[in-house]
Order: sequence, then C-alpha cells, then structure tokens
Amino acid sequence: MDRLYTLWDHLAQTPLLGICLTLACFVLGDWINKKCKQSPLANPVLISIVLVSAVLMITKTDYQAYFNGAKYIHFLLGPATVALAVPLYKNIHHVKAALLPIIITVIAGCLFAIFSGVGIAALLGGSRETLLSLAPKSVTAPVAMGLSEIIGGTPSLTAVLVILCGIIGAVFGAMVLNLVGVKNKKARGLAIGIASHGIGTARKLSVHETTGAFAGLGMGLNALATAVLLPLLYLLFT
Amino acid sequence: MLPFFFLLCLLQLVGEVIVYVTDLPIPGPVVGMALLLAGLLINKGLPQGLDHAASGLLKYLALLFVPAGVGVTLHFNLIAREWLPITASLIIATLLTIAFCGLMMNFMDRRNG
Repeated sequence: MDRLYTLWDHLAQTPLLGICLTLACFVLGDWINKKCKQSPLANPVLISIVLVSAVLMITKTDYQAYFNGAKYIHFLLGPATVALAVPLYKNIHHVKAALLPIIITVIAGCLFAIFSGVGIAALLGGSRETLLSLAPKSVTAPVAMGLSEIIGGTPSLTAVLVILCGIIGAVFGAMVLNLVGVKNKKARGLAIGIASHGIGTARKLSVHETTGAFAGLGMGLNALATAVLLPLLYLLFT
Repeated sequence: MLPFFFLLCLLQLVGEVIVYVTDLPIPGPVVGMALLLAGLLINKGLPQGLDHAASGLLKYLALLFVPAGVGVTLHFNLIAREWLPITASLIIATLLTIAFCGLMMNFMDRRNG
C-alpha cells in the first residue's frame, strides 16, 4: 500500500497524471452525455469537472499538482479562442440579412446580460469577487475566463458559471421565447447565442439551420462586444 | 493544417503583444480572433487548411476548459456562502436576457421586412 502511495506521488510529479485524468474524465463525461441522449442537463464538461474533482479529493491531490499536467490542455484555449473567428466568418453572411438589427441587438443584449447578471447578484448581497466572476457569464468560456481575469474576478469560478449559464439557456431558452411569443428564427437563434453562448444549444437548435447559424453568430459577436465593453464598464464603475 | 495551427498560435502571440504594448484591457486571444476575422473578411475566403485546424480545435473546445473548471474546488466556501445571489443571477438574468434579445430582434427584423 505504501508503494502505491509513492507511485501516485511519483506520477503526480509528471504532467502525465493531470493530462490522463482530464482526458479519461472527459471521455467518460461524453459517454454519459450520449447515454442521456445528449440532454443539456448531462453536460459533459460539468460531469468531467465533478469527476476530476472527486478523484483529486479522494487521492488528496492538490489542485496545483493536477494543473501541473492539465495546463497543457488549458493552454490550447488561447489558439481555440483565435479559431472562433472561423465559425463567426462562416456565419457572417447572415449579418447582411439584417445588419443594423443584429448589431443593435448584440450591443444591447451584451449590456443587458452584464447589468442584469451583476445587478441581481448585487441585490441579493453577492460579494465583489462573485459579481466580477458573474459579469462575463453570457460569453463563451475561453473569452469569459480571460475577461474575468482582467477585471479581477476568479476565472475558474467564471468557467463553471459560464457552463451553468449555457445549460440554463439550453434547457429553458426555447420555452422562454415561446412564452414571450418570439417565433422569428433569426431572433430565437440570436437571443440564445447572446445570452447563453450556444454551447450545447447549437446542437439542439441546429434542427433548424437559420436558428443554429444565428446562435453561432450571437455567440461570436457577443464575445467580441463583451470583450470590448466589459473592461470599459469596469473602468467606469470601479 | 500545421501551418494554420501555427497561424492560430501566431495570431494569439500578436494579440498578446498588442495588448501588452497598448495596455488594452482585452484578452490577447480575443485580439487574435478579431485579427483573424478581419483577415478572412479581407481575403474573402476560408482556406481549407485553416478550416480543418480551427474545426479540429473547436470540436474539443469543451475539453479545454475542464482544467480551469476543476479550479472551482478551491472556491467551495464562496459558493456555499453565496449560492443564492449566484443561482438567482444565473437563472433570472440569463432568461431575462434571452427574452430581451429575442423580443428586440423580433421587433426590428419585422419592421425591416
């Protein structure tokens, strides 16, 4: 048994353990998601995070030791963020269909998402750290984490909030849009893309091509809008 | 494909340099993304290799934020203490934003014809 612990310690010194653990949990999370018919509630990222955390807790491995390996996966977020320009470019011709309405909706929606998110949490007594981590929750995770770091939030907390925001949009988004009587497919896609960054949603929405394309458009444009506006708002209000 | 993966890293690097030099409060990779989008719009076409490199990376985008997400275990106390403002903000603000954006786009797009 002693040798088993020293083996774990030995492996924890190399990046291998963090990388394998992350990949193993993600593969398992993805498998569970498929078993659940890709239900947005069985989000593979959320499942992976819970599984990795459980393993770290059981083996009493600290986060730094895990991240020592996992940072190689984490690093790829940078180039992946740059790569987001590609799906945005593929959907950009849809902008021509309604240039002004799209731009106005994205900017207004970006501000609405930030103020409503921070405002509600502030009213209920959220701390400064929580408010700053919540501010970019509607933006896709890699961009949101970068923004959280810049304004002094906690990137890891932001990452989880972003995922939860995406799940909420995927589960209730269509219902809310039906409730307020929005049938326009461009409006439905754009709204879900702006408010909950269309991760996981895109799959469900792609039943209709226009809705899916506008969800992707909303996600990409809101990432750009928030990246510019949120740091400015932070400078103005603090 | 590899030259285009290099291009993605290079644009992130250029983004980081621009942010460092200008003191812009924007993440470097976002500047890289804006540069790539501008480049594609000027080029008026998407090279197949770039499409492959980007799609390959984005296919597993979800995997890439697992390591950072696990970091949330360091903040259990904060979440336990502030679960109410966090949950309320997530649910109410997100759904209000969806309704707001949907109605706004719906209204303007209809007027546009």
